[in-house]
Amino acid sequence: MTDRRTNFRKHAPDHAVHDVGGLDFGPIDRAEHEQSYYEKRVDALMMLMAGQQVFRIDALRRMIEDYAQQEYDGTGYYDRWIKALRNLLVEREVLTRDEIEARIAALRSRLAAEGRAVDPGAVE
Amino acid sequence: MTAPACPPPRFSPGCAVRVADRAVSGHCRTPFYLRGRPGTVVAVAGRYLDPGKLAYHNPGLPAQYLYRVRFAQTALWNAAAETGGETGGETGHATDADALLADIFEPWLEPAEKDASP
Repeated sequence: MTDRRTNFRKHAPDHAVHDVGGLDFGPIDRAEHEQSYYEKRVDALMMLMAGQQVFRIDALRRMIEDYAQQEYDGTGYYDRWIKALRNLLVEREVLTRDEIEARIAALRSRLAAEGRAVDPGAVE
Repeated sequence: MTAPACPPPRFSPGCAVRVADRAVSGHCRTPFYLRGRPGTVVAVAGRYLDPGKLAYHNPGLPAQYLYRVRFAQTALWNAAAETGGETGGETGHATDADALLADIFEPWLEPAEKDASP
């Protein structure tokens, strides 16, 4: 992790990992970017889960807030979502961890067989 | 059977309040930087299921009143802090006119003496 991210927390040991408002984090990066297809799919998955009342957005937030600091700081916004979604699907007994792992392995081999790149950070 | 009467909101617009300064366990929607800070209720924003319970797959009852609360920026940050407030001019320092609005659930608000608010 960058020093900037870890250092500013030293003055806020009681803060939850996400609760960084008002801490000296330096200037905010306000640059906009096009959402990737992956990001849109993660968002859609969350909307579907909430719509089916598998869990609420509150549970997603709780799961993300419980990440260890290094995991939280080192993970992109939608990567935090997909990790939480995966854990919540297991927690709610919609899927087992084995089923998820098996599906990921199957998709990996299919992509490899087709000679397509696998985004290493997208699902792990 | 009739539905139980909905309790009235504890605070109304204009009320001087203070955000509770207490430790948190579990999911919490009250940011750290507002804890213990004085503010003024601007509006009753509605009554919502309790996010602290929804986060653990509980029904979230009883529902809680949510208040829009106005905080003077000068009550939140070090006076020397640069906030980029609109009225701060070239100094970038907060003035009494710079405010922050936040939605706070009722259990996190305590009544405050108006005179105690800077």
